[in-house]
Amino acid sequence: MLGYFLRRLALTIPTFLALMFLTFIAIRLVPGDPVEVRVGEHGISPERLAFFRHELGLDQPVWRQFLDYVWKLLHGDFGVSLATQQKVLTEFLTLFPATLELSAFAMLFAIVVGVPAGAIAAVKRGSVFDQALMTISLFGYSMPIFWWGLLLIMFVSVRLGLLPVSGRIDLINYYFDQPTGFMTVDALLSDQPGAFLDALRHLVLPAIVLGTVPLGVVARMTRSSMLEVLGEDYVRTARAKGLSPARVIGVHALRNALLPVVTVIGLSVSGLMAGAVLTETIFSWPGVGKWLIESIGRRDYPALQGGVLLVSAVVIFVNLVVDLIYGAIDPRISHGR
Amino acid sequence: MAADVTISGQDSADNGAAEASAQPSPLAAFWSAFRENKGAVFGVAVFGVVLLLALTANVVAPYSPVEQFRDAVRAPPVWETGGSWRFILGTDGAGHDMLSRLIYGARVSLFIGFSVMCVSFVAGAALGLFAAMTGPIVDVAVTRFMDLIMAVPSLVLAILVVAVLGPSLANTIVAVTIVYLPRYVRLVRASALGELNKDYVTAAKVAGVGPFRLAWSTVLPNCLAPLIVMAALGVSDAILEAAGLGFLGLGAQPPTPEWGSMLADSREFIRSDPWIVTLPGLAILITVVAINLAGDGLRDALDPKMRRG
Repeated sequence: MLGYFLRRLALTIPTFLALMFLTFIAIRLVPGDPVEVRVGEHGISPERLAFFRHELGLDQPVWRQFLDYVWKLLHGDFGVSLATQQKVLTEFLTLFPATLELSAFAMLFAIVVGVPAGAIAAVKRGSVFDQALMTISLFGYSMPIFWWGLLLIMFVSVRLGLLPVSGRIDLINYYFDQPTGFMTVDALLSDQPGAFLDALRHLVLPAIVLGTVPLGVVARMTRSSMLEVLGEDYVRTARAKGLSPARVIGVHALRNALLPVVTVIGLSVSGLMAGAVLTETIFSWPGVGKWLIESIGRRDYPALQGGVLLVSAVVIFVNLVVDLIYGAIDPRISHGR
Repeated sequence: MAADVTISGQDSADNGAAEASAQPSPLAAFWSAFRENKGAVFGVAVFGVVLLLALTANVVAPYSPVEQFRDAVRAPPVWETGGSWRFILGTDGAGHDMLSRLIYGARVSLFIGFSVMCVSFVAGAALGLFAAMTGPIVDVAVTRFMDLIMAVPSLVLAILVVAVLGPSLANTIVAVTIVYLPRYVRLVRASALGELNKDYVTAAKVAGVGPFRLAWSTVLPNCLAPLIVMAALGVSDAILEAAGLGFLGLGAQPPTPEWGSMLADSREFIRSDPWIVTLPGLAILITVVAINLAGDGLRDALDPKMRRG
């Protein structure tokens, strides 16, 4: 187990290095004068140009620049945003909880709805429910989520006036410190009546939108995995022993069927981050995805560079954790490699 | 290279109905298996209509997609009060005819989808075979690099590429291709590695078949089934991804009639003119669902063992 753990950990190091190289190269490929790109100044005087070239290390050979870049990254220096003059890492850490909260609720939605629905569909294979669910799931993972978000805003928020259109909380009525950055938690801590409910109400639509594709995938995966398990001998044995159908399905079958589902959930982290860019843009959700898009609009390349690096690092890290957990659940994996 | 692109383009352009036209004998078997899946047949039919509209856009569409009717800005569709047959689906905020833009949009979206598929199919097959057949160092290098690309969330990578290259239709294709290339490489590499140990490959080697012919005509045809399925489903993913970029203002630039970018500034019309918001997304959804249905059917018909989760 420890050997597997270390091997898996060692495998991520070259990936991280390559990731640093990728973002380093990408920003050098941006057309235009590098000083203009990175400092954001047009028509600069030769002295200032020389100053910035030295300041940014652009008078050094490329390999030296890359090593400097890596060195700085390893010390937590991801550069300074042109737009806000804040450290990129600080900005990311301020915004990331919003994205994390949104993604967590989206995944919760996908699992809470998708797993039972997929399990029921498998048990009632071929029924109307099964067919309806498979159709819904097909539409779920075919959905252009930015359009889905606009539709929900149009019907639920504008026509029916049921839920808020944008943001994380009603800032006119509620204002409180945010020690954790998770609005639902901070609202609970704030002791302001109604704040928690308001934060939840702001979460519903974005979480549904972001959770729609994972929902389709999870429901399908649970169904097919469940169908496989239901044909196994131990399920037949459990039935033959005279256990109640609920116990056979809920305990004996579903628990074993969930293993591949766990992998799918882990794999969808990358998709969640991509979806968060669109969802946050639609709902003006102040997270990392919206920040990346705004950084492009402002030609804030340091923020973009650092942001892409950090988002990818999160994904690599989560995939590593999922792999390790999976290795712990299923010993065949840690011994197999 | 150019020849490769055209060949695989033709192959995949008529995926679904005439998939196996290159191999006449299994065609009937394939079709009878495919036909049993009613959803897949429906998907192919719907996709055929979209494809036909895209190909004949300049004949079918009532107006040019970029012609602005200043006298009829945000005209409602025919079934709403105040709608007229002049603009069946209404006009958008700049006075473009919605129907014409949607029809031409099919052309743009399918062009993106097929371009991405063809390039990543050919490049993926080449890289995957190269990695599998050259030796461990190249193999590890290629595999690691593909892992890296896959570690960056798809849309985030596409955003980075577009930020470097600048937003345009062509760069959308480049960005989305880079995002989806690793899947093809990994798939081809994995199936090629499996095939390379088999006797027929050894026999070909012993018979003195050169490395290129070995890769192209001995190994590759035996890896094709899963590759074709992935390519078919990849078209819908590419369309979705490109529409997302368009929606963010990083894809095809206005006035190009791209479905995603048609939605980009539609938010302001949510209250007043819902058709401007509804129709382009509906076009994306219908097309993607049709392709996914057809792709699922293709997979079941080509290989019953390959089941997507």
